[in-house]
Amino acid sequence: MTLADLTQRSSEWLRGVGPMHDVVISSRIRLARNLAGTPFLAKCNPAQQREVLQRLKDRSLAAGIARETFFVDIEAASKLDRQLLVERHLISRQHAVSNHPRGVVISGDETIAMMINEEDHLRLQVLRSGMQLHEAFDEINRIDDLLEEQLDFAYSIRFGYLTACPTNVGTGLRVSVMLHLPALKLTKEIEKAFRAARDMRLAIRGLYGEGTEALGDFFQVSNQVTLGKSEEQIVQEFLTVIVPEILNYERQARQALLKSNRLEIEDKISRSLAVLRAARKISSKETMFLLSMVRLGINLDLVKDVDLKTTNELFLLAQPAHLQKITGKEMNPDQRAEARANIFRKRL
Amino acid sequence: MKKKCDNCDQPATIHMTEIVGGSKIEKHLCEHCAEAEGITIKANIPISQLLEDFILQTADEVQQEAAGNLTCDVCGMSFEDFQEKGQLGCQNDYEAFAPMLNTLIARAHEGATQHIGKVPRRAGVDQQKQNTILRLRGELKQAIKSEQYERAAELRDEIKRVEE
Repeated sequence: MTLADLTQRSSEWLRGVGPMHDVVISSRIRLARNLAGTPFLAKCNPAQQREVLQRLKDRSLAAGIARETFFVDIEAASKLDRQLLVERHLISRQHAVSNHPRGVVISGDETIAMMINEEDHLRLQVLRSGMQLHEAFDEINRIDDLLEEQLDFAYSIRFGYLTACPTNVGTGLRVSVMLHLPALKLTKEIEKAFRAARDMRLAIRGLYGEGTEALGDFFQVSNQVTLGKSEEQIVQEFLTVIVPEILNYERQARQALLKSNRLEIEDKISRSLAVLRAARKISSKETMFLLSMVRLGINLDLVKDVDLKTTNELFLLAQPAHLQKITGKEMNPDQRAEARANIFRKRL
Repeated sequence: MKKKCDNCDQPATIHMTEIVGGSKIEKHLCEHCAEAEGITIKANIPISQLLEDFILQTADEVQQEAAGNLTCDVCGMSFEDFQEKGQLGCQNDYEAFAPMLNTLIARAHEGATQHIGKVPRRAGVDQQKQNTILRLRGELKQAIKSEQYERAAELRDEIKRVEE
């Protein structure tokens, strides 16, 4: 299993299945951990960083966390490969651009990714398609237990798991759900939903996490409080309150649109699909909006000859690093726009 | 002896001093008359909250002064370094910067100052027990607040069971 195999198939979290998949694209949980007795990264010299990398890489690969795991040395990887991993949500943008010894251990099905030497020594992540937070949490907890059999993590009785940034201290747990909210955006009610979310101390971000703008109606909602609640409580809040509430808003907005503006919405969706099927060049920004409309059309049963898996896959393939990997050559934005349109014509 | 309200016979509970045109006017009013005069008292803020705010504020000022000298003798990071970078240098910083950091942590986590989640197996069974109790007590408080007394009774029994 290597990096090159990745482009040959779709990520598991994009399968388009799982509970509430009409709105919830994926569920992600991550844990932040640091090795006890080793300085955090800000005070680690390069030799120590290399030591941490080697140790965590060896232990992670040997722990038997998945049937198949492989390691990518991010410091040595090409810019394109690093970008590819960001597009597949296997590493953060920060991890792609930093400048020190670091890496990632990935499971064959890409549901598990363990960043080494990102902000903390170890950042574990489990990704699932649709609303599967319970499953994702059980999985990450199991991996954490396996690693704890061999590694001592920095921990205090008062503050729990100690992290480089005190905003992650305690459980070190971040729950993120990626949501598709086109109707709330169209009806301009999205701000209302977000205000409610912010009141609950949640962060709303774009598709690629911290510091990214939301594009094409996709949003990540995640918790900010990591101390003073148990892991189960944090997960439970998402399952029983946060996600159902936003989901209801979105579903209601979808029904309201259909009732009051059916022709309008049908027209928007049909045109989007028509452009994707006919265009000769198309930018990634336009892609996000058009695919978002098609995805909405599928969920409203207005588009019947395209499935969610296809739209989800196209989201991934339409991105710069994926396009260049598939075509096997470096391309400027104009060439990418053409390659993108070619893929859409072929697949739709 | 309790003063009576200036406007009626009720006991005065609101006492204020106004300076009008250089002369001092003392007023003693009951709540009702005070309200009629447009004087509102934020009675919905519990005293404990006011005290907490005051203490936090005072503590902040004291801490700001102390912050300059905090340095971790394990990794060498100073509190100023941390403020600049946003990242701590080692686990001991949580101790070394405690006077400053604890307030920051409480603010970032809705006032929480105690971990009640997972305990590493190596940290021992006792700590796990303590965390379970802390968590259950939190839930108990919540249950009482939302008047779910049946749930509260269950939680109380569970706490007892864990404590034994």
